[in-house]
Amino acid sequence: MFSFCTDPSILPNWQWFACYLTNATHLQFYRAFGVVLVLLAITAPVALGVGLMGALALRSQIWPINWLGKGYVNIVRGVPDIVFFLFVPIALGQGIEWVMHQINCPDWDQPIRQGNDFIVCREAKVPGANAPAWVRDIYAFAMAVVAFALVFGAFAANTLHGAMQAVPKAQIETAEAYGMTRRQAFRRVVLPQMWVFALPGLSNIWQILIKATPLLFLLGIQDIVYWARELGGQKTSLFAYPHPDWRMWYFLALLVFYLFLTWASERAFGALNTRLSRGQATAAGERMRKAAA
Amino acid sequence: MRSCAESFQGYILRALGRDYGERLLPRGLDITLCDQIFLIASGLIWNIYFAALAIAIGFGLAVGVAVAKFSENRLFSKPAGAFIFVFRGSPLFIQFFFFYSAFVLLPRSGVDIPLGFVTLTVDTSALTTAQVGGLIVLVLNTTAYSAELFHGALRSIPKGDLEAADAYGLSGFTKFRRVVFPSMLRLAWPSYTNEAIFLTHSTTLVFLSAFPARQQSGEAFYYARYFVDQTFNPFLAYPLVAGYFVCLTLAIIGMFGLMNIRLNRHLPSERRRRFRFRPQYIR
Repeated sequence: MFSFCTDPSILPNWQWFACYLTNATHLQFYRAFGVVLVLLAITAPVALGVGLMGALALRSQIWPINWLGKGYVNIVRGVPDIVFFLFVPIALGQGIEWVMHQINCPDWDQPIRQGNDFIVCREAKVPGANAPAWVRDIYAFAMAVVAFALVFGAFAANTLHGAMQAVPKAQIETAEAYGMTRRQAFRRVVLPQMWVFALPGLSNIWQILIKATPLLFLLGIQDIVYWARELGGQKTSLFAYPHPDWRMWYFLALLVFYLFLTWASERAFGALNTRLSRGQATAAGERMRKAAA
Repeated sequence: MRSCAESFQGYILRALGRDYGERLLPRGLDITLCDQIFLIASGLIWNIYFAALAIAIGFGLAVGVAVAKFSENRLFSKPAGAFIFVFRGSPLFIQFFFFYSAFVLLPRSGVDIPLGFVTLTVDTSALTTAQVGGLIVLVLNTTAYSAELFHGALRSIPKGDLEAADAYGLSGFTKFRRVVFPSMLRLAWPSYTNEAIFLTHSTTLVFLSAFPARQQSGEAFYYARYFVDQTFNPFLAYPLVAGYFVCLTLAIIGMFGLMNIRLNRHLPSERRRRFRFRPQYIR
């Protein structure tokens, strides 16, 4: 990184740290923080979408859809989350390979589960047997996103369903009195108004999602926890930057990172709440109307 | 192949260590369904140990922290607020890593604390075990979460209750013990039940992170993961451990429900606040 970094062992303290903190592995460590933020940025909208569909299913008057929604929400909520995070990627991976196997190798005569092995034909391997490393990384990451979206989608479905119920009935009746159909009333009246009711719950789910991101480590992704363990561990003089066990300081940095993240999003949700309360038929909205008048 | 009775004998107490059953865990093709059922069940010993102790210790501490945060003296309320912020704002998973790597750095021989006339030697080697170190992290974590709940309850104690206490001439600790504390507990109890459930669920994280499972004695989810690694079949061990946790959850709801009835025994039954299971998930 810096020109003076060629021989770290003779450097004075501050230069040693400047070089140490900018070496190649540390740059990967910093990139891993980006991975966490990317995961949050992708998972949140996907989970919200899943949640919206779940909420619609909970509202549905067609009973198979309604039951499906109820089953999904209650199963995910009743089981410890961590079980789901580890179960979904491996179960989904095996499911995809099984389907590929049925399509690509119809005349395969051996059983797929042989003892403790899960064996599918070569063409059914996902990702392919000679796929480059980055494809494997993306695949693992996508699996993590699916697991997160499934779990948090169920939480969001519950919150959104509650928020839809909270929109005053009189508003919907008025819309219907104006001749709107059920669908129109939902799209024009319920959907825009429900967010202010959903916001406290969604903000809670978002905080929980932030605190769930270190579990990426368990899914075999090289995330910040992985790098903190790698970099913090004791380095002997064989390494360019020998140091004792510094894992505590690395995990302290992660703690501060997460504290900042939760603190900042609390602030952001507070601001959003004020914005969404404008013109709403709630106490907060009424207070803003009076203040402006 | 072992019979089911043999698996029961060999593994039902295996989580306590290798002296309490088979020395080695079943491996590879040798794994039977009964092995999975009983070994995972034996892991529940530690889930219950961590949850029961953390809730019992954390309860007392949480009441103290909540009262401190509610105090008008900033000398108390600021540190209590900061403590709650740190432990609620960061993932439990990272807290485990942080405290483990901090405990490892302590000298193995113990720490000497000079008290002037006598030197106290604190044994620190136990801190790196999950049974002590992991428990401490869980206690700190649940203290923060419960303190926030209790603080919210303290804020919403009806003004009339406090005025009535004043009218009766109660003050200081008597007022706290006879009016404030019971009211607070009554208001916070439904959400505190949720907290107890999630604490129990998060005991699955203890061995997942930094704390080592000595002699392969871990909690239920540790064994479920072990079986999935061995058999590469997630469709048996994970639903099993999920089922066990559903049972634990129901047991907690039952016990806390009884306590809820006792707390509200002066109210007519239709005015009692009912418990609603509202999962908060990952900590």
